[in-house]
Amino acid sequence: MHQDWIWGLVGGLMIGAGAGVYLLVNGRIMGASGIIGGLIDGSGRDTVSERVAFLGGLIAVPPLLVPLYKVVDTHVTNSIWVIVAAGLLVGLGTRLANGCTSGHGVCGISRFSLRGIVATAFYLLGGGLSLVIFRHLLGVI
Amino acid sequence: MRNFFAFLSGGLFGAGLLVAGMVDTKKVQGWLDVFGDWDPTLAFVLTGAVGVMFFVWMVAQRREKSYLGSPMPGAFPRLVDRNLVLGSLLFGAGWGLAGLCPGPAMGSLSFNGWQGWLFIIAMGVGMAVAPRVKDWLSILDRTTLEVPPCENIPEEERALARNTPRAAVR
Repeated sequence: MHQDWIWGLVGGLMIGAGAGVYLLVNGRIMGASGIIGGLIDGSGRDTVSERVAFLGGLIAVPPLLVPLYKVVDTHVTNSIWVIVAAGLLVGLGTRLANGCTSGHGVCGISRFSLRGIVATAFYLLGGGLSLVIFRHLLGVI
Repeated sequence: MRNFFAFLSGGLFGAGLLVAGMVDTKKVQGWLDVFGDWDPTLAFVLTGAVGVMFFVWMVAQRREKSYLGSPMPGAFPRLVDRNLVLGSLLFGAGWGLAGLCPGPAMGSLSFNGWQGWLFIIAMGVGMAVAPRVKDWLSILDRTTLEVPPCENIPEEERALARNTPRAAVR
């Protein structure tokens, strides 16, 4: 369990480094939902190649490291309806709020952005309530 | 060059998510499940990432341009509004439901089975309808603005509030 925390911190430092490169070198905020959303709704049509390159790295690099581990189990649910509902909520919510855990959380909190801090408070609240309702009250997850 | 560093940044982000165990939906849900078997790992991940970015912002704020010459992102002009709060609540609900948010969902796509792809497709649909939902919400604003007649607001401002869709301001 202690090891999980240490690896969490190490991984966090790497995530911060990734966000740092994107900010200092490319001059952009590393927000996963914004980078994807801009491709989907067309608002990022001037920066398509940069967005695609970022997502390419994000998708292609983790599987290269997977062999270092005995097992990488994502424990993802098998319920189609849970996945569809979760995906729709995440997609709609992050675009309404203009950010997710990486943009509002990592990049926003670190610059003491009020929007980032408030967004983080509310998505943590939403996530906590979701677990209370869907796991403890309804028992669907 | 921009694309190379964007790829590098995405790669570091993805590798960090894997190393931190954040591709594991059980650990993410464990963090959100305060009344169950609580798992604090995510707090360490966020602390590490925010810690690095705190110093990066100190450097960034002294620069007018990025190392590749593009302008740095400015201060956020917009304050807390309904879309921020409502959107974050909805996002959080979905995050808790499946234990996936956009970054890890992308990072684990290659080893997350059909579930990972289905999640990305559903998320894409959610993102595609979001601009329309924003417009509906701003129509709601305009109607509520006009219901109680307020004499103190000058006519030009009322006209502005009626005629400017949120999409144009954005």
